[in-house]
Amino acid sequence: MMIENIKKQFPIFSNKVQNNDLVYLDSANSSQKPQVVVDRIYDFYTKEFSNVGRSVHYLAVAATNLYEETRTLMQKYINAKDPNEIVFTKGATEAINLVANTFGQKFLKEGDEILLTELEHHSNYVPWHYLRRSKGIQIKFAEINSDGEISLESIERQINRNTKMIAITHLSNVTGAILPIKEITQLAHSKNIPVLVDGCQGAPHLKLDMQDIGCDFYAISCHKMYGPTGLGILYAKKKWLEALPPYQGGGGMIKEVNKEGITFGDLPNKYEAGTMATAQVIAFGESIKFLNKIGIENIENHESELTKYGEEVLRRNNSVKLVGNPKNKGSVLSFTLDGIHPHDIATILDEDGVAIRAGHHCCQILHDKLGLPATARASLGVYNTKEDIDKLNESINKCKDIFSK
Amino acid sequence: MNLKELYQEIILDHGKNPRNLKKSENFNKDAKGHNPLCGDKVHVFLKIDEDKKISDISFEGSGCAISMASASIMTDLMKEKNEKEVKELISDFLDMIKHNPELKSKNLDDNEKTKLMSLSGVKQYPMRVKCATLAWHTLTSAINNSQNETNSEKLD
Ligand SMILES: Cc1ncc(COP(=O)(O)O)c(C=O)c1O
Repeated sequence: MMIENIKKQFPIFSNKVQNNDLVYLDSANSSQKPQVVVDRIYDFYTKEFSNVGRSVHYLAVAATNLYEETRTLMQKYINAKDPNEIVFTKGATEAINLVANTFGQKFLKEGDEILLTELEHHSNYVPWHYLRRSKGIQIKFAEINSDGEISLESIERQINRNTKMIAITHLSNVTGAILPIKEITQLAHSKNIPVLVDGCQGAPHLKLDMQDIGCDFYAISCHKMYGPTGLGILYAKKKWLEALPPYQGGGGMIKEVNKEGITFGDLPNKYEAGTMATAQVIAFGESIKFLNKIGIENIENHESELTKYGEEVLRRNNSVKLVGNPKNKGSVLSFTLDGIHPHDIATILDEDGVAIRAGHHCCQILHDKLGLPATARASLGVYNTKEDIDKLNESINKCKDIFSK
Repeated sequence: MNLKELYQEIILDHGKNPRNLKKSENFNKDAKGHNPLCGDKVHVFLKIDEDKKISDISFEGSGCAISMASASIMTDLMKEKNEKEVKELISDFLDMIKHNPELKSKNLDDNEKTKLMSLSGVKQYPMRVKCATLAWHTLTSAINNSQNETNSEKLD
């Protein structure tokens, strides 16, 4: 599959958006969907629909097999040891809530500490915050350096006897910094501390190998991975899924139910209560196949070349200030413009069909630290091209024109 | 859509050089407003005399050109107006931004009307209406002595 022609596989790009060709630079927020994924949802509902795991009729069995096929595809995609280490959730947010909630219930007590970083998305802070109130735990933040990176040392500095969990992003959705998650995991494990990685921005862009990284939990957002909305994945080592209590109760997650009590089902059912996002799971199988066809190495190369090009172009543009300067950087270009608020930038760019995001990107702690109320963010996906970056730059110049009057 | 209508000269001027951007001395009423979606913040300070007239009004805050211009134009306009006139103006402005084509108030001269109408460009940008209205809702809270921060997400 040629990466140059990949845009053609995404139907959204053949439509005009307010009379413009779409220059989509908001993939860190959510990615566009290839035709194969859209078709899979349609085909499933029109020809194959049934609920999974409950009935013995033909369609139910077929749907169950398809559903489980995606679990295996995902297991292989991230090189997990066992397909039962893949739990479907409604999003990365729910995956992190699942861990915070069940781990908190079982293992945390007053005075225990959770170590996060200043780069975390609200989804990897708020779920832990609840435990502050319910359990009296404390939350610590490893500090960024002046390039917007988190070093192994900044993590090490905050670890102490009370640290019970380290929960960190793989790739910052603002500065683009890629964290040394393998080294952090080794350090944490040497002190018997489990590690959760918020992999929302890692999974769509980087080659993943759970057994090599060694982390205990890895949260994934399928809608950022060219897949449907309403779906996320929690990777968790089997020992944790066995040790932790169930998250939600309901049908499908039980073994035995009587008036006196309940026994819970085996993995992976234990964590998948109720009817799951069946069509989305099945369609997400196509997203993984799509990524496999291109090859994650090719995607990494393509996006890293584009990111470098984007950095060059924006650096050459005098009034643009890039936010963060990490050595190991994913495909996120956050920036500010002298004298023009990010929201005004986003509105003006939108007029040209250039879709970016403006605001704090659910990272208020980071923006406070940087002393910026908001930033503008262009984020890349497999379909982006150098022309997209050039159009971004042109529209930035238009902002400057409008505001120089 | 029309960027020229949104970013008129008056808006750019007030956005870049906001008037009354300070904390009034001896203010006797104030309120804070916040738009959690975009992070815009405004803090409005009022000095209201015994005869219920606004003798001083100012604001502090940060935000986009639209929200800064709106707060700047609003504070310019409200000076020396009494509470009743202020409330009328607020509701007239909000009605105009949300649905009416024109302002109805008889207490505005042409120059004042032109300034206010310069904000009407946001009508075409539903996501930006809250930028234009935040300061106005916050002013209402200040006058009503509301202790709660005005949260634009909870307003229509
Ligand atoms: C770094 C990061 N963590 C968590 C999330 C939340 O993911 P989801 O939308 O799947 O709940 C996002 C997406 O907005 C993100 O960028």
